[in-house]
Amino acid sequence: MQFSYFTERPYRGVDEDAVLKNKAFFALPNEQFDREVAANDYNYYLDENCYAEELGFDAVALNEHHGNPFCMGSVMNVEAAILARITNKVKIVLIGNPLPVLKHPLRMAEELAEIDLISRGRLVTGWVRGAGSEQFFNNANPAYNRELFNEAHDFIIQAWTKPGPWRYEGKHFHYRHVNPWALPYQKPHPQMWIPGVLSPETVRWCAQHKYPYIGLGTALGPTCELWNVYADEAAKMGYQASSENFGYLIPTFLAETDERAQEVGKNFVFGGGQNAFSRPEHTLPPGYNSKGAIRMLAKHPGGSWLGVSPEKLREQREGRPDDADYDEVRLKLLKGYEKTQRNHQLIIGTPKTVIPKLKVLLRILRPGIFTFFNIQGKVSNEDRMTSMRLIAEEVMPELREYAKELGLKDPFERTPGSVPYRNGVARDPVIDRGPLEELGLR
Amino acid sequence: MANTTEQKIIVAKSELTLIKGGAGKPLLMLHDELGFPGWVKWNDELAAECEFVIPLQPGFDKTPRIDWIRSFRDLASFYSMAVRDMGLGPVDVIAFSAGGYIAAEMVASDPSIFNHMILVGPMGIKPEKGEIFDIFPVTIRTHLRATVADPGNPAFGTIYGGDMTPEQFEAFEEARAESARIGWEPYMHNPSLPYLLRGVENVPTLLIRGAQDKIVPQGCIDAYKKAINGSRSTLIADAGHRPEVESSAEFVKIVSEFLAS
Repeated sequence: MQFSYFTERPYRGVDEDAVLKNKAFFALPNEQFDREVAANDYNYYLDENCYAEELGFDAVALNEHHGNPFCMGSVMNVEAAILARITNKVKIVLIGNPLPVLKHPLRMAEELAEIDLISRGRLVTGWVRGAGSEQFFNNANPAYNRELFNEAHDFIIQAWTKPGPWRYEGKHFHYRHVNPWALPYQKPHPQMWIPGVLSPETVRWCAQHKYPYIGLGTALGPTCELWNVYADEAAKMGYQASSENFGYLIPTFLAETDERAQEVGKNFVFGGGQNAFSRPEHTLPPGYNSKGAIRMLAKHPGGSWLGVSPEKLREQREGRPDDADYDEVRLKLLKGYEKTQRNHQLIIGTPKTVIPKLKVLLRILRPGIFTFFNIQGKVSNEDRMTSMRLIAEEVMPELREYAKELGLKDPFERTPGSVPYRNGVARDPVIDRGPLEELGLR
Repeated sequence: MANTTEQKIIVAKSELTLIKGGAGKPLLMLHDELGFPGWVKWNDELAAECEFVIPLQPGFDKTPRIDWIRSFRDLASFYSMAVRDMGLGPVDVIAFSAGGYIAAEMVASDPSIFNHMILVGPMGIKPEKGEIFDIFPVTIRTHLRATVADPGNPAFGTIYGGDMTPEQFEAFEEARAESARIGWEPYMHNPSLPYLLRGVENVPTLLIRGAQDKIVPQGCIDAYKKAINGSRSTLIADAGHRPEVESSAEFVKIVSEFLAS
């Protein structure tokens, strides 16, 4: 089992009312940016990742978003490069580089190779399509998002593995001279873990490439369905999917008392939380989502991430009511905070109260990669670090034992795609729906 | 109401769906970036004197998307082939918004393709002043409402009123996706188009704009007037981006007189 530490690196100087007024973190006017706050936060988050290493997390995970105080990782590879040098043993997991919006896969291949070399082979590189808002920020044509993703990915693999120099004439990318001098430390290249939200196309793509798929706090019912989609596709590809093919990321906050944890934990809905990542018009750019993905989302009212939700679909059609009373908005958010905890999509408490919940998640989803997502909002360094310490010292050891009992192997213990599927026999189950039924979650 | 028919033709080995209605001299109609809104009053009134030929743009509604079409110029070339295949040219054309961009690309590469050209709130050239409304980072509802001076206009309501069904939503999404695919960058214009239009001679051209158009600024009309020799423009006072719907009587009169000239 790989336990990973993750934070969005929220900018902690933002005024909540300004976010509520803007109805989202994205597109908040940057006149509110304070360079001292940002400088402190960037440096602190690097230190925090070193602390995660010290505490015994197996990996630290970074992500990237643009023009958004929700996440300060505007150029994640810069942070990854620094961590490559100032940490010693943690894996550096990128979940992930938004290939379609970066528009330069050869440079990406070089950047990642450098990070892998500096870290002496500790890089795990993931790819994403980029949230809807990233398409606008980077002026990346959303209608070609998936094509750009696929072509950039295939190109990078070639750039790392096919001896150069060679010429490349693709549909979206063109290079006269492909011959990167810096190649990854790991041969043939680092592992790739793919985070995702709801798209069955991405899940199938992962299965076809034998890449672990990481559900980003997705509702449990739909996540089970996606795991099955993966496993069915894997069987078609001739292998049995298992824990090494799956990862799960869950917002988690711990404190010394449940009361304190519940109070500080409310910062997960600061400014509207992840559902306020961007407004509907920025979340769903034209051509970005497949029809299948939109229909699947609409079928599952519980599912949402980074502002993609059935409500957003409705708002895209009908517009959004103007909420002028922010106290009322906050009350609604707190109701959502409680509901999300009941749905096991948000884990808040003390080691004693959260361990049973986390065990249930492990039992249902059987992941080989488990990522703790630290608190959002304006939370002090001390509270953030207390939560990390409690997770590392009191929760992880027990979960490691439990993962062993469940036989959960991670992608370093067992190569994804290495277990053959026996033709003509039903594939092994990859989830356990039993506890889901007991919790009344479907 | 005129009877309309639907017809599928093959152009350059790809399928194109056409809507036809009316009787008389053919009038090629190029719909806007949200798709053909259906046969409405102004079509009916003009149908006594002309036969509408309305291609449904590839990727919209009943015409499948064509993968190699990656720009408005590609699309214009495809439509030019369709006009040749149908033996229509030279033909009168009336084109709306992004449809105006297509028509301008067609005439720029072959001035003999059109008899009369009417561009209504045309995109395609970067305005000298102002900006073409960015239709992509807004909700469909915001976009639709921005297309008219008064969203309470009953004629607008007959087309886009009531609750949006999931099917309508998907159709709009498809239209927006295809418009993004070919018009994302540069946004809904082609920097070389005004220069190519300088070569267009002897194509009577009328530019129509609603005075309260929030989608296409007057700067686009000014740029077209400058680019197309002899073109003239007219402003419809009480209309936005859909003068054919918002002020249909005035619109039909202007169009009818121009086509007869």
